[in-house]
Amino acid sequence: MALSLAAARFRAAALTLPLVAFIGVTFLAPLGTMLVRSVHEPLVADSLPDTLALLDEWDGTSIPGEKVFRALGLEFQELHKQRALGGVATRVNRLETGMRSAVIRTARKLRDVNPDSWKEAVIAADPVWGEAKAWRALQQSGERYTARHFLHALDLGQDSVGKVVLQPPDRRIYLPLLGRTLAVSIVITMLCLILGYPVAYLIANSSTSKANLLLLLILVPFWTSLLVRTTSWIVLLQNQGVINDLLVAVGVTTDETRFPMIYNMTGTLVAMTQILLPFMVLPLYAVMRTISPSQMRAAAALGATFRQAFVRVYWPQSVPGVAAGSLLVFILSIGYYITPALVGGRTGQLISNLIAYHMQQSLNWGLAAALGAVLLGCVALLYCLFNRLVGIERMRFT
Amino acid sequence: MTGHNLAERLGRGLHLAFCIVVFSFLIAPMLVVVPLSFNAEPYFTFSQGMLALDADAYSLRWYRSVIVNEEWRLALTNSLFIGLVAAALATVLGVLAALGLASPAMPGRAFVTGLLISPMITPIIISAAGMFFFYSKLGLSQTHLGLILAHAALGTPFVVITVTATLSGFDQNLARAAASLGAGPFAVFRRVQLPLIAPGVIAGGLFAFAASFDEVVTVLFLGGLEQRTIPRQMWAGIREQISPEILAVATFLVAFVLVLLGVVECLRKRGGQGPVGR
Repeated sequence: MALSLAAARFRAAALTLPLVAFIGVTFLAPLGTMLVRSVHEPLVADSLPDTLALLDEWDGTSIPGEKVFRALGLEFQELHKQRALGGVATRVNRLETGMRSAVIRTARKLRDVNPDSWKEAVIAADPVWGEAKAWRALQQSGERYTARHFLHALDLGQDSVGKVVLQPPDRRIYLPLLGRTLAVSIVITMLCLILGYPVAYLIANSSTSKANLLLLLILVPFWTSLLVRTTSWIVLLQNQGVINDLLVAVGVTTDETRFPMIYNMTGTLVAMTQILLPFMVLPLYAVMRTISPSQMRAAAALGATFRQAFVRVYWPQSVPGVAAGSLLVFILSIGYYITPALVGGRTGQLISNLIAYHMQQSLNWGLAAALGAVLLGCVALLYCLFNRLVGIERMRFT
Repeated sequence: MTGHNLAERLGRGLHLAFCIVVFSFLIAPMLVVVPLSFNAEPYFTFSQGMLALDADAYSLRWYRSVIVNEEWRLALTNSLFIGLVAAALATVLGVLAALGLASPAMPGRAFVTGLLISPMITPIIISAAGMFFFYSKLGLSQTHLGLILAHAALGTPFVVITVTATLSGFDQNLARAAASLGAGPFAVFRRVQLPLIAPGVIAGGLFAFAASFDEVVTVLFLGGLEQRTIPRQMWAGIREQISPEILAVATFLVAFVLVLLGVVECLRKRGGQGPVGR
């Protein structure tokens, strides 16, 4: 018996193994790579090994000696020859503005020189090398493993003595954006709950055939392409769109004062609420259909008003559905990307959009990875909570 | 008593009215797109002629221009190819895993389930960024294979969830009975389990396909010009050159979903007590 149980366990595990391996390679390994990238940035260290090794003995405040300048000059010459300087220049520049052009200019001027004093030649190429801050930036960007992307992602910086401090309020970008993302997610979750609860209640208390029909009204938008739904909101809400035309036609507003309802936060809120609403209704309905309508009738027969019966009998039993739907909508909205990118304009952007910006435009992949790790941490926490409270396998899509 | 009744009826009426508003909020935006895709003018709004139901204000020109457009045709081919292969891969792996997860002997079920569902919950921008880093290293970025693997990974949760739900209604005694009559594990699966869970398997596969067919972010990160799919093409259209062509494609996609759900509904009815677990 013990043996057959072991065999059954082995068989069950073996059946899941191919998918576990597949997800491991195609999905979890990429996530791992991203997490590594958020702390690992070897390019500068690999490009300037001699200079950085010599800088190890530097006191951090004076101007380094001739040996360091010579190593820097030779390594710059080599990088210039290989056309590999751009990446180094960009990374040093992230720590000290202006260093990008300084690095490139220096390398160009030192191209084919072999001076007696490298120190003079380098400083002559760009005087910034006569200042300690340039060397500090070079040294810091040469750290193979670094926490600075995470510091950056949390709006933390290091002051002159290396203590970690919060950036001054006017220079904070990511914490306010994270706050805004959380606030937007809470608002959308509340809206979905307010709109979704009565609807789920209606479906759960309809006859089977009517309920199936009403569910279809939830499922069609649920399965319709996100881009289609986002496009339709653009059609409806834009300045020359259907709703503004209608409002002008009935005289609520004039042609000059059309309401800006899209490419701003309103657009993000409206479109995301509509898109995520089915994720609220479906789990709510799944719980509500298990609550027998006869309980409400019994409460009414015993003299309870509808409100009393609802508050004391129905609502407590529907709470698991409320928790499931709310957590799901909240998890999905804090990571939302497509809709804010298309209809959010400048003010309706969320944290995901900034990750995409750093991935595609500023090409600061380390920072993108660190922001991704912060977001992933939030989602993982909520996901564990969801799994413990609800159980992900109780989800339904049809 | 009448007052009580009146209040109750009023409450019910308000509830119904509220629900109608919510349903319209869900459905109306998609319905608006359909007539506008027949607009003879290159605008995203109803012209005077359209409102007057003038036949000349309607035309099929946007459908025509989509059909003759090489880019859209390539996008359709890519979407179908990537979607079908990814869905097939996701279905095979997902069904096997669901069979394992449904076994009462499965060790660490909650953890493994959580792991296998995680691609669905992880924000797509994070998955896409990670895949970009990792797949580039393997030389898989800007290839069809890279997108197929990405979409298969994102599609498996749908198969796992749908098939697990179907299997939860499956009587394990049937498998035991077959085994006691001498059927090997594969014969039990093929002759007993598979026919019973087939509707759930097909539904899961369809959803995996639909998920791939609608996915744009990994295509943005991993795909090149040769891998442009329909959503990628729509994305470009919405961001760059807005044209009612997009509305024609959108109408086509809405029709596609109606067909898909129709098929699933038929499967559900044929499966008797509800294979996809409604």
